[in-house]
Amino acid sequence: MTEAAPRQAGRPHGGAVAPRSRIKFEGVAALAGLAVVWQIVSYFVPPFLFPSIPAITLRLIAIFTAWDTIYDALVTSGRILAGLAGAFVLGSVLAVLMGRSERLARYVHPLLNFNQGIPALSWVVIAIIWFRGIEFRIFFIMVMTTLPAFSFQILDSYRAMSKDLFEMTLSFRPSRYNLLRTLVWPSVLPGILTAWKVNLGNASRVVVVAELVGATGGVGYELLQQQQLFDMAGAVAWTLVLVFFVLIVQWIITAIENSVLRYRPAAERSL
Amino acid sequence: MTTAEIAFEHVSKTFGRDDGSYAVRDLSFSVGRGELVAILGKTGCGKSTTFNLVAGLIEPSAGKVTVQGRDPFRDFAWFRGKIGIVFQNDRLMPWRSAIENVALGLELNHAPLAERMEIAGKWLDRLGLSAHAQDYPHALSGGMRQRVSIARAFAVKPDILLCDEPFSALDEVTANGLRAQFLDLVRETGATGIFITHSINEALQLGRRILVFHRPAAIAYEASFDKATSESQRNDIRSAILRALATEQAA
Repeated sequence: MTEAAPRQAGRPHGGAVAPRSRIKFEGVAALAGLAVVWQIVSYFVPPFLFPSIPAITLRLIAIFTAWDTIYDALVTSGRILAGLAGAFVLGSVLAVLMGRSERLARYVHPLLNFNQGIPALSWVVIAIIWFRGIEFRIFFIMVMTTLPAFSFQILDSYRAMSKDLFEMTLSFRPSRYNLLRTLVWPSVLPGILTAWKVNLGNASRVVVVAELVGATGGVGYELLQQQQLFDMAGAVAWTLVLVFFVLIVQWIITAIENSVLRYRPAAERSL
Repeated sequence: MTTAEIAFEHVSKTFGRDDGSYAVRDLSFSVGRGELVAILGKTGCGKSTTFNLVAGLIEPSAGKVTVQGRDPFRDFAWFRGKIGIVFQNDRLMPWRSAIENVALGLELNHAPLAERMEIAGKWLDRLGLSAHAQDYPHALSGGMRQRVSIARAFAVKPDILLCDEPFSALDEVTANGLRAQFLDLVRETGATGIFITHSINEALQLGRRILVFHRPAAIAYEASFDKATSESQRNDIRSAILRALATEQAA
């Protein structure tokens, strides 16, 4: 009754982990440094190669103040989220089925590995040949390119579930639903959140390629317009729109992660 | 003679293909209602397999296991809330606070939230952990975590209590304190208990009957004693246990 709880466990100490505020400051400083370097280069290089930071900023402001360009940004964001959601649902189903049946896993695993080897651009070409609707084409491309990562990540989390905890929970004779709710879901949740973060970056790259080739709106389409106009400031501004979207969604996922995984020692949580 | 609450009748258990490698072989014993039996044996003698058979987590390859007259493996759901288990390691869910871990069995037993939190709170208080009710497992010491797991097992008011070397991972001072506290709780609740250990002293301290297993699990020696048993008689039992274990080694 006298032993003390290890209250300090997991807290950053001894210089192992820097405080979060400091990491944020260093991140902002790095980005500001990049902007300064870019601005300096822009003094010596023609604007069609390196437009000035103020010129890019003006283009960004223009994008966020005109409805049709805001709509383009939202369309791309929606496509990314819809594609990820589709891949997540399908990937989860496949992961659970593979987790429950080793025999099925032996068939599905090689197919997912094979899929991983197919370049995103090949899926773009295939989707254009196979389907008519632009939105379905993009959805299909997004799902096919992000599906393996979701399946593998969730399957790994499912298989890594503690056998000790499984046995302990089973000793209370739970119903199938309660076993899923109290043990399986909390066990695989960190893996699901990681899969979303990893796939978000992939999805933002793929959606641009898909829109570049086969869409009449969205960030990819706008980037194509800037390329045809040889407008570097516009190209950088539209790229930044996509980067902002990814950063915002990543921030939201990290906030969710820090909330639902608050039981973890501080040093194990996301920065 | 007490009613048999747990009974093994010629039970054998093999894993994998039937190649004659038994974890348990022709094991027969019974445990009366309210009795606390210590099962003693060396590592790999099939103690944990026996434990899992009583818990209904595995099925015997041959023979019959009954708990309260029913098959714990086939009537698995019937035993909901009737069996409490304390494992070798605490097996706390890291995403649940101490009180939520204690309330797990009650929750799976469909107890209302307010009721299960009240019961879990009382058990934490009983085990001196009320100040840590909201702490997550990573913030608790090894002894505290094992106390939470003991509270979790007792919180469901089990008729049968199964313990698989619950103090073996703790330092001797913490283990001694916890052992005495555990014994008080068992007596207080009147649960029937099986306590698996590899420590002779722990078996003598906790059990009223000791079964010594040899490999594969079968009874090599059995002794009963009570509070009236003198120290010299206990020493005789200790020597007999040592002989039983040594005989197996020689064999």
